[in-house]
Amino acid sequence: MVRFGVVVFPGSNCDADARHALSTFGDADVRFLWHKDTSVGDVQAIVLPGGFSYGDYLRCGAIARFSPIMQAVTEFAEAGGLVLGICNGFQILTEAGLLPGALLRNTGLKFVCRYVNLKVENAATPFTGACREGDLLRIVVKHNEGNYTVDPATYEKMQANGQIVLRYVDAQGERAAGANPNGALDDIAGVCNERGNVFGMMPHPENSVEAELAGGADGGKIFRSMIDALRPAVPA
Amino acid sequence: MNEPETETQLDVRVYITPKHGILDPQGATVERQLPALGFEGVSEVRIGKFIELKLTPAADAGKEQIDAQIDEMCRKLLANPIIEDFTFAVDDQQ
Repeated sequence: MVRFGVVVFPGSNCDADARHALSTFGDADVRFLWHKDTSVGDVQAIVLPGGFSYGDYLRCGAIARFSPIMQAVTEFAEAGGLVLGICNGFQILTEAGLLPGALLRNTGLKFVCRYVNLKVENAATPFTGACREGDLLRIVVKHNEGNYTVDPATYEKMQANGQIVLRYVDAQGERAAGANPNGALDDIAGVCNERGNVFGMMPHPENSVEAELAGGADGGKIFRSMIDALRPAVPA
Repeated sequence: MNEPETETQLDVRVYITPKHGILDPQGATVERQLPALGFEGVSEVRIGKFIELKLTPAADAGKEQIDAQIDEMCRKLLANPIIEDFTFAVDDQQ
């Protein structure tokens, strides 16, 4: 069993969905990590879930990043542990400096809640190992501040380093103006850090795990990838 | 008999704006709306944040120390230096 910890901040509202999604995998054990805890215990992967931590006051994730648990999450990440930030979790990771760039207000100034198509740009990360490069994932977004931005110099390095993991595309897998729900730079939907162990994505994989309920199970591939990356190797 | 010490309390005003070069769709929207109301000649509308706070500095803190403390507050929490610029002003208030 791979041990996951889902952090709960005041205002997180996708923590239960994240836990439920992971529980549908028979080889994942999930627990909640309270924002005031100072240790992550013996988890092997951490999920920062979606929601409105601290009401999005000041800036999304600006206050949550200083939660006591985040010191332990940072140490866990620096030691190479897997950290997945979903939506508000992605925002918290950028505010904490665990991922480059920032998430701005959607250029359309509207809260967007709809399905998007994502292209897997890099299938060699622990979060996309169950996918092939070019795979399309149909997953939901629900956000007001999903517009990813990063300075040009850092962006160049990120591209060279394969840190752009997911991009918004149309149903045919092509880049198109209408495919990007928030105006993010170069249709970026998900990025990882230099080392590849910290990953943030705006769409919600936890809402596309049970096909009969969600109309698709593409989100499950993100969790499947993480579980597979952490499972002890099966002897031949 | 000793005079009671008056505590110096400073009024701090912090102005936070989107960095130039960052697209500000809120500002752009407001800029488009103003001519509709008859106000011509307006450009480069940018919308930011204004934060007021009171600060009681340490007794021996000089101006440089106080400015450094506020600067750090801004860099760490009040503003996100990746996407925002900030300035602040400090007024004495006995």
